[in-house]
Amino acid sequence: MSGPDLIVQRWTTRSAWFVAAMGALVVLLALGPTVFSAGLTDRLTTLFIYVILGAMWNALAGYGGLVSVGQQAFFGLGAYAAIRLSHAEVPVYPAIVLAGLAVGVLSLAVGEVMLRLRGGEFAVGMWVVAELAHLLVNLDPLVQGETGTSLIALNAVGAVARRGYNYWLALATMAALLGVLFALLRGRVGTAIQSIRDDEQAAGSLGVRVLPTKRIVFVLAATGCAMAGALWLSTAITFQPKAYFSVQWTAYMIFMTLVGGIGTFEGPVLGAVLFFLVETFFGARGVWYLVGLGAAALAFSLFLPRGMFGALDQRFSLRLLPLGYRVMLPGLLLRRGESGRG
Amino acid sequence: MAEPGTILAASGLGKRFGALVVLGDVDFAVREGEAVGIVGPNGAGKTTLLNVLSGAYPPSAGRVTFRGQDVSALDAAARCRRGIARSHQIPRPFSGMTVFENLLVAARAGGGLRGRAAELRCLDALEQCAMMPLANRRGETLGLLDRKRLELARALATGPQVLLLDEIGGGLTDGEAADLVGIIQAIRARGIAVVWIEHIVHILVQVVGRLVCMDAGRVIAEGAPGDVLRDAAVIDAYLGPSAHAHPVG
Ligand SMILES: Nc1ncnc2c1ncn2[C@@H]1O[C@H](COP(=O)(O)OP(=O)(O)O)[C@@H](O)[C@H]1O
Ligand SMILES: [Mg+2]
Repeated sequence: MSGPDLIVQRWTTRSAWFVAAMGALVVLLALGPTVFSAGLTDRLTTLFIYVILGAMWNALAGYGGLVSVGQQAFFGLGAYAAIRLSHAEVPVYPAIVLAGLAVGVLSLAVGEVMLRLRGGEFAVGMWVVAELAHLLVNLDPLVQGETGTSLIALNAVGAVARRGYNYWLALATMAALLGVLFALLRGRVGTAIQSIRDDEQAAGSLGVRVLPTKRIVFVLAATGCAMAGALWLSTAITFQPKAYFSVQWTAYMIFMTLVGGIGTFEGPVLGAVLFFLVETFFGARGVWYLVGLGAAALAFSLFLPRGMFGALDQRFSLRLLPLGYRVMLPGLLLRRGESGRG
Repeated sequence: MAEPGTILAASGLGKRFGALVVLGDVDFAVREGEAVGIVGPNGAGKTTLLNVLSGAYPPSAGRVTFRGQDVSALDAAARCRRGIARSHQIPRPFSGMTVFENLLVAARAGGGLRGRAAELRCLDALEQCAMMPLANRRGETLGLLDRKRLELARALATGPQVLLLDEIGGGLTDGEAADLVGIIQAIRARGIAVVWIEHIVHILVQVVGRLVCMDAGRVIAEGAPGDVLRDAAVIDAYLGPSAHAHPVG
């Protein structure tokens, strides 16, 4: 055997089936509002938004090493931008989509400053950004301070149609964001961003363009969180700044990511489903609920650092998605490699 | 001022950290395909020289040229993409990525390759460094010797014209050291210039045609390995004055 003859495997039969099954699931879910009850449709809309939030925080922290405790900045700004655009006579659903994109553009400027900060500075800096965004939004007379306002234009859409549109838009946004993230991670951005996460200086020494690579992931995560905020507004209708710029949103993202599996693509999706179930069956919000979530996240990061999915993946070599690379070594070499040296 | 055939050169290079002068007025040049060894006691400034050459630190004085062009203002990533690759004395593996993926970062970013071409470059570098069996191991699972070897393979995967190596041979058995010498010789045979910092002089002299000895931030001797190792200043630097009866090497 010689190096150049070796196959570098990405797709396996299992991963091909898994990706096909996930595609089929999205298509089936698209039937949702026509077959599901109103309650279930609403709940699933919420789940899709949670999946977006978990996946975006994981893209940032799990793949980019950019731990943000201020992602609620973009969630809140997304909702606010939708209010503003709708007020400027943009039709309401286009306004929701445009709001996410507009905040994504804004995040380019935010990133220019924040991405020069490292580790803890970045985390705290993002929290400051969130507080600042909250204050600035409160200055807009349209918002009426903490009294808030609502996306009035939605009232013109009938309740049944609105439920369906919200659901489809959330599903489509979730699928699109997961698709973009998947494509990015499979390509050169994927290896570059993970190398920056693991050792920024070493990445630079190998030719990685550190800032532009971080920027891509930062803007994607900001756009995703902003879309989630605008979608949340489409379901809640009312906009009270305090509720949207609350740090609880980032706490949810962290919980979903840590419990599901940070740095794995599938983990936060699993985490979002779990979080959704916990919320559906234990319902309660309030302080103890948050304390419980925090404790669970902490326990996971201490005892299962790669979360539920990471543990499963390791135990059973699941490799459900073709994101990594496996050099197909002849048996003899493989055994020597597994036993290790040095 | 650089002679024809010079690929990487430093002139009047200085580096200070606050009040601490670590490099003072260093002139250094490597010709295409040449192998140069750098020796010197701990703290001499060898790693700092490599950091300034590779762009990890900006110089405090002087300039670095690559193929006659001033690259002093370029960062490490830009210099790597031009063809200057380095290993780290204290290995810095990407711990959450496999060995193969570690190399893929280098081949794609530093080497500018895509698709199968990038994969082939990585497989080639793994084979050349005898690391193929470890291809699918995560960086964090490697022991120190394999981490050092990974530094070499990863730098090689960028497709460099100059390879700057910082103490990749420490802690090896005689057999492993001989393997390493073979690897570096094969790299040289491809026309890649090598600058190799190493304490284990008897390994170094099997590869390099020229030796540079540094002490206290300066080049104190330079030339054919045998001459440098017999140089009085070099013996002083290593063993202190009065040790002239016991030459190094
Ligand atoms: N980033 C830094 N900040 C301050 N001092 C440094 C830094 N890097 C190296 N030094 C100092 O510079 C001197 C030379 O270090 P180094 O280049 O690592 O030597 P060598 O590689 O020859 O052992 C040492 O005294 C070291 O403490
Ligand atoms: Mg050193």
